[in-house]
Amino acid sequence: MSFPPLLCLRQVNKIYGTGTAAMQALQDVNLTIEKGDFVAIMGPSGSGKSTCLNILGCLDTPTSGQYLFQNMDVGSMSRNQRALLRRHYMGFIFQGFNLLNRTSALENVELPLIYRNIPAEARRQAALSALQMVGLSGWEHHTPGELSGGQQQRVAIARAIVTQPTVLFADEPTGNLDTARSLEIMELLSRFNREQGITIVMVTHESEMEAFAKRSVHFLDGKVASDVRRSPLQEES
Amino acid sequence: MLWNAFILALREIRRNVMRSILTILGIVIGVAAVIIMVTIGSGATQQVTEQIASLGSNLLIVTPGQRMGMGQRNTAPPFDEDDVVAVGNIYGIAAVAPVSRSSATAVVGNNNWSTTTVGSDNAYFIAGNWTLERGREFTESELRSGAAVCILGHTVKNELFGGQNALGSKVRLKKLSCTVIGLLQSKGQSTMGNDQDDLILLPLRTFQRRIAGSRDINLLQISVRDGYSTEKVQKEITSLLRSRRHISVSEDDDFSVMDMKEISTMLTGTTRILTMLLSAVAAVSLLVGGIGIMNIMLVSVTERTREIGIRLAIGALEREVLLQFLVESVVLSSLGGIIGILLALTGSLLIADVMDVPFVFNGGIIAIAFLFSAIVGVVFGYFPAKKAAKLNPIDALRHE
Repeated sequence: MSFPPLLCLRQVNKIYGTGTAAMQALQDVNLTIEKGDFVAIMGPSGSGKSTCLNILGCLDTPTSGQYLFQNMDVGSMSRNQRALLRRHYMGFIFQGFNLLNRTSALENVELPLIYRNIPAEARRQAALSALQMVGLSGWEHHTPGELSGGQQQRVAIARAIVTQPTVLFADEPTGNLDTARSLEIMELLSRFNREQGITIVMVTHESEMEAFAKRSVHFLDGKVASDVRRSPLQEES
Repeated sequence: MLWNAFILALREIRRNVMRSILTILGIVIGVAAVIIMVTIGSGATQQVTEQIASLGSNLLIVTPGQRMGMGQRNTAPPFDEDDVVAVGNIYGIAAVAPVSRSSATAVVGNNNWSTTTVGSDNAYFIAGNWTLERGREFTESELRSGAAVCILGHTVKNELFGGQNALGSKVRLKKLSCTVIGLLQSKGQSTMGNDQDDLILLPLRTFQRRIAGSRDINLLQISVRDGYSTEKVQKEITSLLRSRRHISVSEDDDFSVMDMKEISTMLTGTTRILTMLLSAVAAVSLLVGGIGIMNIMLVSVTERTREIGIRLAIGALEREVLLQFLVESVVLSSLGGIIGILLALTGSLLIADVMDVPFVFNGGIIAIAFLFSAIVGVVFGYFPAKKAAKLNPIDALRHE
């Protein structure tokens, strides 16, 4: 039996700007990602890797081509439907963390649950356990300004996984961190992929981080240059 | 959804204490300034109106001489008692009070008080809108014989007798010692700011013989009957006096007839202009407050755009984000408005007390000031957010 792929890009193009200033960020990209995978999207700056991630995460829309999410055509969805897709299936981690300033770690993690209308007490419990999972017990009431970069990224991870998303998108999650912190973050992501079966799509340009992924896709000039499976999709148990 | 928006808005207000306070402050200043100025302005207008009413309605004042610009008068003969009788016969006149004034020092025991003595008759009560607090008016025989009796104004009574009973006591004016037969009800300050209660009323004849030493009458205070046109009566007085004073057709009047209504219209006009001026100043404060709010909202737009990007990325709907911003603006604006109103009411009460004007509650202006500030707050809180929420989430996140 065969499930439809989780994410599927078909002949996707993305062009920024118009006329002579137009810049083709993605050119006829075809990419299929199965559920449970951990994909590293690699490539130099300007290769289109982030653009691809943003389109997969419904944060941006392709200029042409088709994007299927669990066989649903995202291109035909309204803004609100795409927002609901993000709300119920996706989590995000960014290079710049993108936490709400002056807001405690707990409230940051609670935020996606508020939009899911989870009652206050359940919301709090879920947020606390998510923070515990990323090793931030005791830091719940600190604001991003009071946390180190590594800790902020962990808050962001807690915020992303607190809704138990199907897929987690990470845009250079270790870009602002030193090597030790980066490895910790990668361990965390790897663990969520392994233990909770969360599909992870991560953009990075650091090859040390690539090592954590099960599959690496290299981009060059807006096209997929190589696609290598490093370890099997399902681990033998 | 509304409850969620409410929670999110309150969190947002709480974590941006400074911005919230500044927004509220803008609204508070705008609302309070407008309400205070308009309240004090209406208080002053009402006070002037009341004072004019206390002067007596339908009052005409006839003085010898013509006004020649700034208070100058050319010399003209005063009136006499025959003029009073003749004017009194004009149809539509309720009372004609002959008035002669002079300043004098009143002495009782060790107390003395410099005041105005007024010689007139009982028509003065009607034409001047005076009522007696205690005692009685002059009798016919007192008026005819020029008896040594007097009626005291409120201020004079207080200065000379304090809390003691003045009726029946003697007051010395120059060489005249007169018995107090009545006390006037207080009228307070006049519109021009002088004390109307600072006077001693004597029978006209007593005044002429014992104080002034002449038979002159300085002015006539005329009360026109209700329902009669003061303009018409004014014309009749003018033609009567012209013929009595033998003024030829080619000559100007050597007397003037003033209608208190004209003066009162003029005064209310002045106060109204003053109120409008104050309102204009207040409107500027409101505008400045509004611009303050606008600035704060626009300055924070970058941070807020990124915040909106984050919210959209984690699955907030456009309308949820907007509702949150709307609730936030409404909460801040209403809070500012309510604080402003409370501040304005306390402020107005205090200022009204200090300036001695009545406190006039004006619900309309409170509503207008509140609405204006609320609209400014909501518009500048909501519309930048509306623009940001329309962006692609990634563009909002990358907003610089």
